[in-house]
This record gives sequence, C-alpha cells and structure tokens, in this order.
Amino acid sequence: MSDLLERALHRYPGKMYRGASELRGSLLVLEGAPDLAYGEVVRIYGEDGRERLGRVLEAGVDRALIEVLGDVEGLSTDVLVKPTGSTFKVRVSEELLGRMFNGRFEPIDGHPPVVHGELRDITGAPMNPVSREHPSQFIQTGVSVIDGMLSLVRGQKLPIFSVSGLPHDLLAAQIARQATVRGEGESFAVVFAGIGLTRDEAGFFIEQFKETGAIERMVAVINLAEDPPIERLLTPRIALTVAEYLAFDMGMHVLTIMTDMTNYCEALRELSAARGEVPGRLGYPGYMYSDLATIYERAGVIRGRRGSLTLLPIVTMPGGDLRHPIPDLTGYITEGQVILSQDLHARGIYPPVNVLPSLSRLMRAGVGAGKTREDHTYVADQLYDAYSRGVRARDLARVVGAINLSERLRRYLKFADAFEQEFLSQGFYENRSLEETLDRAWRVLSLLPEEELVRIPVEIIKKYHPSYR
Amino acid sequence: MAQPRVGRVVRVAGPIVEGEGIEGIEMGEVVYVGYEQLLGEVVRISGGRFSAQVYEDTEGLRPGEPIVATGRPFVVELGPGLLASVIDGIGRPLKMIEERMGPFIGRGLRVNTLPRDRRWEYRPLVKRGDELGPGDVFGVVQETPLVEHRLMVPPEVHGVVVDAAPEGSYAVDEPLVTLDAGGSKVELTMKQEWPARRPRPYAERLPCKTPLITGQRVIDTLFPVAKGGTVAIPGGFGTGKTVTLHKISMYSDSKIVVYIGCGERGNEVAEMLEGFSELVDPATGRPIMERSVIIANTSNMPVSAREASIHIGATIAEYYRDQGYDVTLIADSTSRWAEALREVGSRLGELPVEEGYPAYLPDSIARFYERAGRVKALGRPERFGSLTIIGAVSPPGGDFSEPVTVYTLRFVGCMWALDTELAYRRHFPAINWMRSFSRYAEEVEKWWSENVSPEFARYRRKALQILSLASEIESIASIVGESALPDEQRLVLLAAEVLREGFLRQVALRGEDTFCEPVKQFWLLKLMVDFFDKAYELVRSRVPAEEIASLPAVHVMQRVKEDERGVEAVRELYERVMRDLKGLAEKYGVSGGGRE
Repeated sequence: MSDLLERALHRYPGKMYRGASELRGSLLVLEGAPDLAYGEVVRIYGEDGRERLGRVLEAGVDRALIEVLGDVEGLSTDVLVKPTGSTFKVRVSEELLGRMFNGRFEPIDGHPPVVHGELRDITGAPMNPVSREHPSQFIQTGVSVIDGMLSLVRGQKLPIFSVSGLPHDLLAAQIARQATVRGEGESFAVVFAGIGLTRDEAGFFIEQFKETGAIERMVAVINLAEDPPIERLLTPRIALTVAEYLAFDMGMHVLTIMTDMTNYCEALRELSAARGEVPGRLGYPGYMYSDLATIYERAGVIRGRRGSLTLLPIVTMPGGDLRHPIPDLTGYITEGQVILSQDLHARGIYPPVNVLPSLSRLMRAGVGAGKTREDHTYVADQLYDAYSRGVRARDLARVVGAINLSERLRRYLKFADAFEQEFLSQGFYENRSLEETLDRAWRVLSLLPEEELVRIPVEIIKKYHPSYR
Repeated sequence: MAQPRVGRVVRVAGPIVEGEGIEGIEMGEVVYVGYEQLLGEVVRISGGRFSAQVYEDTEGLRPGEPIVATGRPFVVELGPGLLASVIDGIGRPLKMIEERMGPFIGRGLRVNTLPRDRRWEYRPLVKRGDELGPGDVFGVVQETPLVEHRLMVPPEVHGVVVDAAPEGSYAVDEPLVTLDAGGSKVELTMKQEWPARRPRPYAERLPCKTPLITGQRVIDTLFPVAKGGTVAIPGGFGTGKTVTLHKISMYSDSKIVVYIGCGERGNEVAEMLEGFSELVDPATGRPIMERSVIIANTSNMPVSAREASIHIGATIAEYYRDQGYDVTLIADSTSRWAEALREVGSRLGELPVEEGYPAYLPDSIARFYERAGRVKALGRPERFGSLTIIGAVSPPGGDFSEPVTVYTLRFVGCMWALDTELAYRRHFPAINWMRSFSRYAEEVEKWWSENVSPEFARYRRKALQILSLASEIESIASIVGESALPDEQRLVLLAAEVLREGFLRQVALRGEDTFCEPVKQFWLLKLMVDFFDKAYELVRSRVPAEEIASLPAVHVMQRVKEDERGVEAVRELYERVMRDLKGLAEKYGVSGGGRE
C-alpha cells in the first residue's frame, strides 16, 4: 500500500482520505470526508494497485457516498480516495471525429487519449427554451414510412420502440446511412452511444459505418454488456456532450444514435436500489422521468447557430409492453415514437413499423407546401385513417369472415394489404425519394373510392390522384 | 425586514441541501445556498438543522459552504411587465437569462421578474385626501396594446392619500402614491409582492354561468367549461394533450392566458412562442402574446423549480383576475408537478403512500384547483373576474386509475378524457365522448339559449344519444358483422360517423375549421341531428339505409365545416339535405322526410 500511496501522492498532491466504512455493490461510504463536493469525481486506489474513478452521490460533513466507476472486484475497505476537485468532464475538440471511447471516455481504438480541447461537464446545462428554434427542417431518410408518415426533422428526438429480435438496429443504421448522404455543403456527423451492448451489436454498427465511409465523421462511445453497469449512466451523457459540441460549436448536423436505453434505465434502477431509495413503478426510481429528460432534452436547434442535434434512441420494450415505465416515460419526453411490430416482422415485412401507434410530433412543422410537397400532410392523414379502418376490418373479418363485411369494409381490407406490401415494405439498401414515397401513397390510396378520401381537400385530389394524372 | 443570517451546508443530496447554524429559521423561508448563491426554500426544520429544496442544480456544492437566510417567504413580483414575458419556474425572465448567459442556463443568476429599467405611462385615478382600502384601483398603465393594467392597493393595506404622483412615466419600483395608514406611511408602487403559495383574497365567490368559448366543437358543445371552472385533461402520450391546450390558449375568449409548461418539452415552448407571436387577436390585430404569460420549466430544468412553477402561475393568474379580467390558467402537466412533490418528499425521507407519492398529494392537488373560481374582487370600482384552471394529467401507461388522475378527478368539474384509440386513427381532438364529463353543461345552457338558440340543449342531448347508441351497436356489429344489422341500426352508425367526422373531428391548425363560432357549432349540430331524425323516419317506412348513405350530401356533411363561407354554407347544405330526403320520400311514396 505504501508504494501505491507514494505514487498517488506524487502524481496528485493534495488532500486524500483513507479507509471506507462500507462497500455495498458499487457504492462506497466514506466517513469524515467533508471536503468532497456533490457530483465531484474522485480517484480510488485499492490494495490491488489499480486506479478507479468514482463520483460523489451525496456529500456531507460526516459522511460521503461515492459510486465507483469500473469494477469493484478487488476493492476492500482499505482504500485511498483522492478528490479531483471537479465534476465529470470530457475534452471536446474536432480531434474526436473518427474516434472510439468507452464509458469512462478512455480511448478503445488504440490511439492516445484526447489532450486538446475544452473541458466540458458531461451533465450539460439545460438549453434555454427561448433560445430554441422550433425544429422544422425535414430530413429525408429514404424510408417511405418515416418520410411519408413519421417525418423526422432536424433537432427532433424520435425513439424507436422495439422488442428484442426485431430489426431496430438495421432501421437505425439505414436511417443513419441514408439521412447523412444529403445536404451538400453542410457538414454532418454521427455520434453513436452504445449502452450495455453485446460485442456483436456494437460490431454491427461499426461495420455499417465503415461500409459507408461515415466512420470518419463519427464518434462512438461504447459501453459493452460486460462493462460495469454504472458506466452506462455516463455513456449517453459523454456522447451528448460531444454531440452538443459538434452541433452548436462546430455547426454540424449531428445525428445521435443511442442504443439501448433500456440498459441505461436498468443501470439507473440498480444504482437506486443500492442506495436504498423508495422504488417507483417496477422498482424504477421516481425520478427516472427527470433523469431521462436530462438526456433526451439535449436534442434541438438553437436560434442563430448553424448546427442541429437530432436524437434517435432505441428502446427495447421489456415484454413488448408499451406501458412499461421505460417506453412510457420516454414517450412522454420525446417528440413521437416509431414502434416496431412482431406481427409485421413475422410476416416478412421490413421495416416492421406499426404506424398506428407511431407518431412524429414535429412532422407538421417540417412538411407540406414550401417544405416538402403540398399534399404531404393530407396524404399522411388519409393513410392513417384508411389503414386504421383496414386493420379494424381485418380484425372484424377474423370474427365474422370477410364475406360478411360490407363492400366498403372489404375495400379497406384490400387497402391495408396493399399499404403493407407496396408502401411500408422496402429493402435495407433501398433509398426512396420523397416523390416516390408520395406517389406510392397515392397508388395505394387510389384503391379506395374517391369520396372516401375525406381528409384530403378536393383540389389536392384533383391535382395528385392517379386518376387525374 | 429581518437581517440576513448566515449558516453552513452540512449535507448535499441532489436538490435537497441540509444546513445548520441559523437561529429561528422558518418554514418556507427563502435561502441562498453556497458561494454561487443558489436559490432555495426551507422545507423542513429539525433540531438545529434545516433542509432546503434548491431550485438550481447543486452539482459541485460542498459541505461547509455558506447559507444565507433572507427572513422572507417565496414571493412573486406582480405588476406591469408580466404580459408577453416568458419566465422560468422561479420567476426569472428567460430572455434576460439568455442575454446574460447565452443559450444554456447556468447557475446562480438573480434576475427580477419585472424589469426595473422599463418605464410605463402611468395615469393616476386618485388624489390627495382620498381614502383607499385593499384592492382599490389607484391608477392604470397600458401594459400592452391588448391589456390595461389596473394598479391595485395590495390586500391588507389602507389609508389616506397624502401624496400622489402626477401622470407620467415611471419605473415599477418608483413610489406613486403615499398613504397615511394610521400614523405610518405606506408607499405604493406599480410592483407588489405576494407569497406564491397563498391564494389572493377576494370579496365574494360567485357562481359560474358563462361558458369559456374555445371554438372547439367537442368542448363547447358537448363538454363545456364555465369561466371560473376547473378541467382535467388526462391522456397517455401522443393523445394530443399539448396540441389541445395550445389551441385553447390561442383561441379561447378569455382576456388573459397564463400557460405553465411544467416538466414538458423545450421545443414545445419554442413552438408556442412562435405561434403566440404570429397569431393575432382579431379585434385589435395584435399578437396574442400580448395577453399571455408563459412559465416554462422544461423537463430538463431543476425538479424543485417545477414544483414552484405551479404556484407562481396561479398567483399571477389571480392577480389579473383581481383586476377584473377573465383569466385561463393552463398547467401542462400536473403529473410532472406531482412527481416533483414525490421526488422532494422521498429525498426528505417522507413515508410514501400510493406509488411513492406523499400522503399530502390529494391535498396539494385540491388546493391548486381551489384557486379557480369567479369572484367579485376586493376594492373599488366594482370588478368581476374569473380564473379557469385547465390541468393536463399524464397518467403512466395511459392508465386513468393511477393516483394523480384519480385525485384530480375528485376536485374538477369537467374532464376531457383523451383516448389512445382515437389518436391512433388521427381523430383530433381525441376527446372520448363516452368517458368525458362536464358538470357545467346545465349551468351554461342558459347562455346558449339566450345567445345562440333555445333549441341548443335539445340538440346536444340528441347528439349524445346518437353517439352512445352507436357505440352499443358497434359492439354488436363486431360480433355479427355489419351486414347482419337491421337498417335502423345501420342508420345510427351512419349518423354517428357523420357526427364524428363532420362535427367532433377538428384538426386544422390553419384555415376555416381552426375556430368554430358558437352559431356555426349550433347549425352543424342541427344539420346532423335533423338529418338523422328525418332519415330515421324514412328508414322506418322501409326506405333502404343504403339509399340514404349514398346521397352525395352525406359526404358533404362531413366536410362542410371546412367551407370558407362558414355558417352560410351549413345553412345551404341544410336545405339541400332536407330536399334530398324529401326526394327520397317521394320516390318511395312515403310521408315525412321533408321539412314540415
């Protein structure tokens, strides 16, 4: 110990505390450490000679509670704790592009650590709502169902709600690939936050980005499933601190993919349980809404600045349940949700987006006359209306038989099938223009009698309906 | 005023900071915590120690840092300058914060709610020797082109005017009137302060009889709220709570709107600001922002300030009510506020009851909604004002049996239940007509009868009957198939579809259908209900329902709401529908079906 102590003291002169009174999971209780600040990062030296980082969860004159980052194996109560005098910060600069880090912001790509750039607190400060610009710039993703019915705009936070085994990774990768090709003269970047991923999942994304050459415009922060859960709480915040820098300081259009937020929430629950807090629904802490908001709300556009931060988190719904606290609280914060369906997937439809419960709240601001095409909003509304009738007709047909449906409902039934096959379904490498998407929409809508299209103004029908063209 | 007293921080755990060393500290007292002077409020005292909830992020705060107690409760500044402003959960104008700190909100910045450097054109209404009491209007200021600000003697103050400033331009903290209050002098300025958590007094509470006209048909016609009433609007995510509330805040006929964005999205505040600056008041051509106050505590801002934002909003709303205006207070969302109570409660180690919420949750909710009402204000001249409270509720998983929804429904007079199914079909406003209720429906009938039509109440009841009948028939149809239904029942389904599409659904954010005048609401209702009545007679005389369904006018009924000619178009269509039905009656040789 003395050897280690000596080295540590030599490297970081100043105050140091010795001996913890309690070790519980990744939490460490220190008696009589009155100088630690709330949220301060500390260095912890165990008897095994390794240096670990920790963060102060509760500061007090008589007692401090510290969460240990990194694994706790090999730690005993005989530890040295050294304050750093600062909260958790990362260096941000353009050098970050093309780099990969772990959840403690240590490089994992074999290159040296980042030494240049400004130090920024990973918690970030809340964006002033009056400084925000209401997001309204359409992003063409080349995926019909997204562009046509769930349009994404720059600065939006739009999660994908999925279930394990569904191709949410494919969809996210396809969006990242196709959305970033456009916009000549504008610089873009992808920030990838992998939270509790398996090596395969992480590998898939890296491969995808390599394939398209996006890797040079990408920053990856990856916390693997085998890494300490506590670092999952830092991973998205580090990624977003980098993304904010690229977007608002460098003026880039940044697409941030965060997967899987369910792992994040479970880490949050684990920490909350270890601290003995009053549990909320399913054991998740009562402050999970506020905590998630400090992540998701970092997306946006600032008035008078060039860049934008668009967020595409992936949430796998435990048990496929939309009412589970994780998707539920996420849905209350994000600007819509894209929900994948096991049923569509089983029927071989990609992307298996269940459009009825899906929604893009910012769509109206980003599409329509002068932005995309004047018929866009109406067509989307009509598709929703008709498909929901089609799905209800399908349910009804299961009970009473298609033959007992009225002529009108049979039409809707046919529409629903055509919608799924011709509009929704597309290839992983198929990049459709917006024109093509809307034309496909009109083609399937033309299966219905014209007077059924009550959500589209007559003059728009006259201009775009296939029977008038 | 008490001298500042200084103690020190002993423990920091998130938004709760424990301190010691201040004698006689009081509950609710405002403290400044640490070297950065973060604003906090005392919420617990035990032994020599006290706990404060801090309204700013406490990261980096250390034990041993100073705490300064101010000896004052948490107050709101009231006076000209509130309208057209956006303030945060603790009353700081966000524009000022932006000017000083840029687009991200840092810590420890103290800014007054009312700007001190701005001068207002003051017109006095009193002179030396006048005797003034609580609530008396002593002068006016044109706060914005839309609103005249009436300066009132604060409650609990009275005396004789010994000095009165002449007409002219003044800042909010300059003395305008000096009163001799039984020997001691009291100076009145444009600005007054009021403790945020205490309701402002009034002379008398009055019954609520006038509807708040929102221009939304499903609300005004089926589930109206009276001015001075309370509404809860619960709904899962994506059901359109915020859009509905934005529409009400933009188009309703109240004089003042106070909008509290409590724990919601930052982009929504940006959207509102855009909308409020673009949309103009039809009478004056001025942007409606000039009659609005926005309180923005977005979800990523400190959670304890979220708790405070509700009280600040209610106090500001009451202040304008006391001036004699109709005020609407919108809180989106009260669930986030309840969660803030839960979080603070749990950090204080309070015993949780249902779903972790503190035992005093129903009490807190009740006290908030009780601040609504129509009142006769204190003082002279006689003024009547109302405060309508509309609170969004965000039940987890869309489950209306969770504590916040359940408690809220006990204290409100009206519920607009938002429905996931309707939202999935993009039927907006997604207000479920089977689950919603309004206790004001009968009280405002008189207004409709006097101002629109004496027949209104009958049509309203009939429309509700058709909708409820249709929902029963639909459940049968889902078992036996629609084609197996008798013609009478198919006609009910048709009429309900017409009502749903042509009357209840109202989605346009621009154009004719955005706001529907009461007269037009009545005519649409009359059109559809009379259509059903006449068609029903025909069907009973063996005219096939299919024939009626295929009348072109039936499809027009679903769209006539969008016709730019407004109520004229509806009246014309009415004639046409009646003619068509009469035509059918003649074709089948039956009586009825025409206009009597």
